[in-house]
Amino acid sequence: MAKHVLSVLVENKPGVLARIAGLFSRRGFNINSLAVGETERPEISRMTVLVDAEDAPIEQITKQLNKLVEVLKVVELDPDLAVERRIILVKVRTEPGTRSHVLETAHLFRARVVDVAPDSVTIEGTGRVDKLEALLANLEQYGVKELVQSGMVAIGRGPRSITDRASRH
Amino acid sequence: MTDKTEPRNKPAPAVPSPADLAERLAPAGRVEHGEHVEQVENVTGAQSLIRSLEEVGCEVIFGLPGGAILPAYDPLMDSTKIRHILVRHEQGAGHAAQGYATATGRVGTVMVTSGPGATNLVTLLADALMDSVPMVAITGQVPSGAIGSDAFQEADTRGVTMPITKHNYLVTDPLDIPRAIAEAYYIAASGRPGPVLVDVTKDALQAQTTFRWPPKVDLPGYRPVTKPHNKQIREAARLIKAARRPIFYIGGGVIKARASEVLRELVDVTQIPLVTTLMARGAVPDDHPLHLGMPGMHGSVAAVTGLQKSDLLITLGARFDDRVTGKLSTFAPLAKVIHADIDPAEIGKNRTADVPMVGDCREVITELLAAMKAEDAVGDYTAWRTEVAGWKTTYPVGYTEPDSGLVAPQYVIERISALTGPEAVYVAGVGQHQMWAAQFVNYQRPNSWLNSGGLGTMGYAVPAAMGAQVGEPDRVVWAIDGDGCFQMTNQELATCVINQIPIKVAVINNSSLGMVRQWQTLFYNERYSNTDLHTSYEQRRIPDFVKMADAYGCLGLRCERKEDVDETIKAALAENDVPVVIDFVVCRDAMVWPMVPAGVSNDEIMYARGMSPVWDRETGAS
Repeated sequence: MAKHVLSVLVENKPGVLARIAGLFSRRGFNINSLAVGETERPEISRMTVLVDAEDAPIEQITKQLNKLVEVLKVVELDPDLAVERRIILVKVRTEPGTRSHVLETAHLFRARVVDVAPDSVTIEGTGRVDKLEALLANLEQYGVKELVQSGMVAIGRGPRSITDRASRH
Repeated sequence: MTDKTEPRNKPAPAVPSPADLAERLAPAGRVEHGEHVEQVENVTGAQSLIRSLEEVGCEVIFGLPGGAILPAYDPLMDSTKIRHILVRHEQGAGHAAQGYATATGRVGTVMVTSGPGATNLVTLLADALMDSVPMVAITGQVPSGAIGSDAFQEADTRGVTMPITKHNYLVTDPLDIPRAIAEAYYIAASGRPGPVLVDVTKDALQAQTTFRWPPKVDLPGYRPVTKPHNKQIREAARLIKAARRPIFYIGGGVIKARASEVLRELVDVTQIPLVTTLMARGAVPDDHPLHLGMPGMHGSVAAVTGLQKSDLLITLGARFDDRVTGKLSTFAPLAKVIHADIDPAEIGKNRTADVPMVGDCREVITELLAAMKAEDAVGDYTAWRTEVAGWKTTYPVGYTEPDSGLVAPQYVIERISALTGPEAVYVAGVGQHQMWAAQFVNYQRPNSWLNSGGLGTMGYAVPAAMGAQVGEPDRVVWAIDGDGCFQMTNQELATCVINQIPIKVAVINNSSLGMVRQWQTLFYNERYSNTDLHTSYEQRRIPDFVKMADAYGCLGLRCERKEDVDETIKAALAENDVPVVIDFVVCRDAMVWPMVPAGVSNDEIMYARGMSPVWDRETGAS
């Protein structure tokens, strides 16, 4: 199934996140990841939703989202024309012989070390999904003790912003 | 012009009631509806709520008080503009608001308390959402500090009703009350109508606040489109001209848009045959020569076949519901589709539209009519009209007299319609009787037929009839109900008697859950699992509907023979002071025909048991 990136501008009010999550679940659309935060205008929040769907249902999802009163705008971002990022924090087991290899791997992926303990280090990686998957693949051999990932966020390339037209309808 | 309020260092006067405020503010004694009212101090949230409801034009509230909503009921008692009707169950209040809204086109209003009061609205909110009924439900809520603490009569009303309302609000600040009410009514009535719920905490109702009207309504994410694109209109006209077998597929949206008259004109100008769905009965009079009847699972052969063999579906205010389409992949296989609806999400949901049009049906039809005339876009459909007329003649909607000697339920409904006439309002429950009411009542005008189509809620009839009668006091209102449905909400007969709401209830009593029984007859080898209700057969009447009617103070009548049917109906029509309940004992083996079984193609429509029309193998082109 194809993955689609939807950027949804919503009014920053209590309950909006629940409303949108509820819509996805009751319409049977699968959410892969979801991230939400305020935009440059504090009364507007932006949700980035990564959806698993065929192309036809994506149109239906977009239309159903637009029906919600608190949704201002729904835009599907073309992966080729957008910058997408995700952050991971991974705690890797280290032994005296392997620690330098772990650090070198982190360095090669331009990831940072954010915590050090006698037998583990915690690495922070940012980037596209494929880069982070490669980082993890390389760290797995040492033993991953714990892993946490954020949702994906994305922004379109170029000078135009999607909030430009949010107030005009 | 308006009274200036006193400075705050004076002792606070007794809190004025809305009636007092009205007196005080207008020189002539009454504030005109909608006129700007100056800021008024020292009002409670409850008074602000009632004033807001008056200002939006609410005239009737169906409700039931309770602890959390109690503060609102005090100023409500003094309101001169709003009539409150006390029901016996919150579900009855909700269906009444639906009936009121569907019969009149206005927004229905419900007011109930927190917890169980609000959760009793769940069924009808889902119903109103499915059938696009404009209504506003105001529910009480525990004080905002107690939310989330499992307080007495607390429920997460907003969370529970989120998926089943068009929109909902939780109001904790009394200053927000006028805005929430104004927005709720606007959202309920505009675009695709639907139910809106406003949950108000008890402390918001009790706090002192300022009532300010009109409030600042700001809905940046809600911009319903009503005007269709010119380009789409012209494209539609072009398709209609090029078609050889076009058909109008008319849905409930046409009635909501009040578009019956322009639709009639469009039909007469184009001379294209039409079908009206269950929710659109009455949009065009039943006896119009081009009207093929109702399509769908229990539609007429002419209507169902008309859609199947058509080469162009002109869909207005309909949503390709599964009851109409049958097996979707085989529905109208030869047809291109023009789809006009006010809800863009419906277009392309079940069937791709060749010409999609987002807009209000009345505007769409008006523009389409103008375009058809301007471009002389009417084609020659004579051969098609002859063909469909042939189907109407060969396969009329009808029924056979039962062998058992009991009355045919279809006959009862036919006679009710014949003796009462099309100016009445007909309301039904859900089941066999609902299908017969859709088939055998003669509909001539819109807003004369009320039922629960999308959700199919049993128990809809009696309270909805009550609401319809309140909205249309000068019309006769018939609730054609089943014995199963009737037992679900008949407590509202008490409300009807006490408030002088003289509805007429015809219980089509076959002592069964009829529709389920029909399926068990056809598909489960006549194994009748749990469908026997013991309300008339073998003289077991549990309950005895006539005695029950009596107990409520209604006129109770019983009719068990065909010869008595007319007389009984006339007796009911002659009684206009109290509601009438008629126990029509009918044959339980009567079936609803035609039928397209679930999951099957519409081509396999059966007009009697084991009998389907045999079609000539014609090619698509003619």
